[in-house]
Amino acid sequence: MAEEKPKIKMAVYWAAACGGCCVSVLDVHEALFDVVAAADLVFWPIALDTKYQDVEDMSDNFIDLTLFNGAIRNSENEHMAKMLRQKSKILVAYGSCSHLGGIPGLANFTTKEKIFERVYHDSESTINAERILPKTEFEAAEGILDLPQFYNDVRTLADVVEVDYFMPGCPPQTARLVEVFTAIVTGAELPPPGSVIGAGDKAQCDECSRKKTENKGLKKFYRPWEVVDDGETCFLEQGLLCMGPTTRTGCDFRCIEGNAPCRGCYGPTPDSIDPGAKMMSAIASVVDEKEPAAIDKVLDDLVDPAGYFYRYSLPSSYIRRKMS
Amino acid sequence: MKKITIDPITRLEGHGKIEIFLNDEGDVKNVYFQVPELRGFEKFCEGRPVEEVPYIVTKICGVCPGCHHMASGKAVDAVFGVKPPPTARKLRELFYMAHFVHSHIAHFYALGAPDFVVGPDAPKAERNILGVIGKVGVDIGKEVIKQRRIAQEIQALLAGHQTQCMMNIPGGVRKGLTDEQRDDIVKNAEGFIEFGKFSLKIFEDVVLSNEAYVDIILNGPYSLKLHSMGLVDDKNKVNFYDGKVRVVDTKGEELHKYAPADYRDYVAEHVEPWSYLKFPYLKKIGWKGFIDGQDSSVYHATPLSRLNAADGMATPLAQKEYERMYGVLGGKPVHNTLAMHWARLVELLYSAEHCLELAQDPEITGNELRTPIDNIVGEGVDTVEAQRGTLTHHYWTDDKGVVTKVNIIVGTTNNNAAINMSIKKAAQGLIKKGTVVSDGILNMIEMAFRAYDPCFSCATHSLPGDMPMIVEIKDADGELLQRIKRD
Repeated sequence: MAEEKPKIKMAVYWAAACGGCCVSVLDVHEALFDVVAAADLVFWPIALDTKYQDVEDMSDNFIDLTLFNGAIRNSENEHMAKMLRQKSKILVAYGSCSHLGGIPGLANFTTKEKIFERVYHDSESTINAERILPKTEFEAAEGILDLPQFYNDVRTLADVVEVDYFMPGCPPQTARLVEVFTAIVTGAELPPPGSVIGAGDKAQCDECSRKKTENKGLKKFYRPWEVVDDGETCFLEQGLLCMGPTTRTGCDFRCIEGNAPCRGCYGPTPDSIDPGAKMMSAIASVVDEKEPAAIDKVLDDLVDPAGYFYRYSLPSSYIRRKMS
Repeated sequence: MKKITIDPITRLEGHGKIEIFLNDEGDVKNVYFQVPELRGFEKFCEGRPVEEVPYIVTKICGVCPGCHHMASGKAVDAVFGVKPPPTARKLRELFYMAHFVHSHIAHFYALGAPDFVVGPDAPKAERNILGVIGKVGVDIGKEVIKQRRIAQEIQALLAGHQTQCMMNIPGGVRKGLTDEQRDDIVKNAEGFIEFGKFSLKIFEDVVLSNEAYVDIILNGPYSLKLHSMGLVDDKNKVNFYDGKVRVVDTKGEELHKYAPADYRDYVAEHVEPWSYLKFPYLKKIGWKGFIDGQDSSVYHATPLSRLNAADGMATPLAQKEYERMYGVLGGKPVHNTLAMHWARLVELLYSAEHCLELAQDPEITGNELRTPIDNIVGEGVDTVEAQRGTLTHHYWTDDKGVVTKVNIIVGTTNNNAAINMSIKKAAQGLIKKGTVVSDGILNMIEMAFRAYDPCFSCATHSLPGDMPMIVEIKDADGELLQRIKRD
């Protein structure tokens, strides 16, 4: 990193997230010293004591680079997205949740009311005879207590503000972060705003090390516990659902290396309009049946296709949510 | 009535805010610790094939994904009525010890230590891991980072990815260990043990040798008499992966000891309208509100409560440190919230020792990785100790193994009521009529929650910048291996 360059100001924020994206930043390990030589971290709640008021007091575009992780689940998430957009020159949707909706986005298969009912009323360990629910404004004896409004839908970062770049992954590979960070602090030419960065353009299958045979025909889908993976043959050929055909590269095949099929966290390939539609056609092309009834029978064994195809991407997909 | 807001609370994982109400005289009237967030995993896991849940729930927490992966993996085994073969079980536990090493290092050094090494009222821009490294020196900083990196690498080797854990499959694990990989882990586990000892030595030199810190631990506004929960093995020793849940009361007497599947007989959750996070309590006593003491139903589930609830540690070096801790703090149980940091380091040493035991177990490189599945029971529940408390996952499925209902009690959730009360007590002790409420005072109030979700906060005053620090690393015979000095 160029010593003479002034340090950039950097922020990392989490909205509806798990903290795994922040851990992927910590996982630069020894390179942390290079990061802090090139950047002043000005806001990062997991590690720093900067408060919301301090961010509000920053001038517009004060922050050079913000890695925004997490989906937009409630009004606080949206408020912070807007504030950080205003304060940041480059805003990156960092990780699956801000990029596509991520795992929290699976909540778009249900509704706010059903989530509240399950968590606060029906949960087997909850005792709540008065059927209390958290309120956005509650009058306690001492004064008013506020909570953010829980939205009915999970949204992506780009649904609420303009995003400069999207970095996929759940979490993004730390090696990709280092590449992107280095490009930014060294002033390298960046792709046009709105681009996906820190990921490849190919599908996982194009570069996967698992063996594909000529015999591509798939007669039956299995649940992972019904068969023993041989450790080397393509998962789909073994009848195990894998999102490899429609998922971008960039993850270094970490799940595949762990003998686990891809679940799609790096998001759809650039040519994909909708991850589910694309996956459906990919599967149809490997099923070794001609008759519609026989094809249906193969697909019947596939339990919860929507939950697989949109595992990380429901809020960003065409269907976006289940209507009831 | 005046209101002071701390938003967001920082150096923890997740969101939270603190509202402090002062009366007209300027004394603290009441304090609320609010969790402004909910994601609803219990609901959106419905409809998913149950074998997918261990991967989905790793996204409950990206700092301790391995805990959810393990609790979930075990609950899924129960749904299918199987137990993994010995090699698979030991591989899971090996992964889990590395997970504890990573998490306890991160929390001790990155989240907690700034309050104490840099100082609670140091400028807030310096109260962070970089400030800590600035004080203790780059060499120690690098060693901390290296040991955590190795722990992450061991998890990645066994689970594909350290954060996106893909290790567990119903009845076992996806991947075995080669002899060569095992040899590396043995070497690294030996390094963890030295590092565990080193960390306890730092605690000794910087905290216990400082009268002001010891006074804060013992007499500061950071003590609360609560019941203690933790998982124990068949000899009542601390266990993170498996066993029975034991609860001891504020006097250290056993209140309950139950199998994880019976959790609903012993724990219930209370709802308040001002927080999205529920408040678990001991069901047989019943919810009595935010009160401490023997009659309260509030308990905590932390490193300290695990040690309180057990009769000791299952490994020799950790056992010695356990005895020393209770010796210095005046016997069991300990109710000084800030002693959670010390207990966390005893656990770090235990994790390291047990990591080595597992790596040296001849069965660890076995080939039998999965128990075949031929049945769907349709309901499964199991518990592990997460770094932040007892974690229980409970699933119901249809006859195809598709999830119909999920109930989860998360580690930190156990401590919700306790954290509220600890923050209130700290605020009442620190803000009195006429107190100028500075950033430093507010940070010391935050220190009350950080102890639960790690912290290393001990002092009302910052360490003098020129305090010399000497760290000696010794082997088991007391032979000096390394001496690190900062002037």
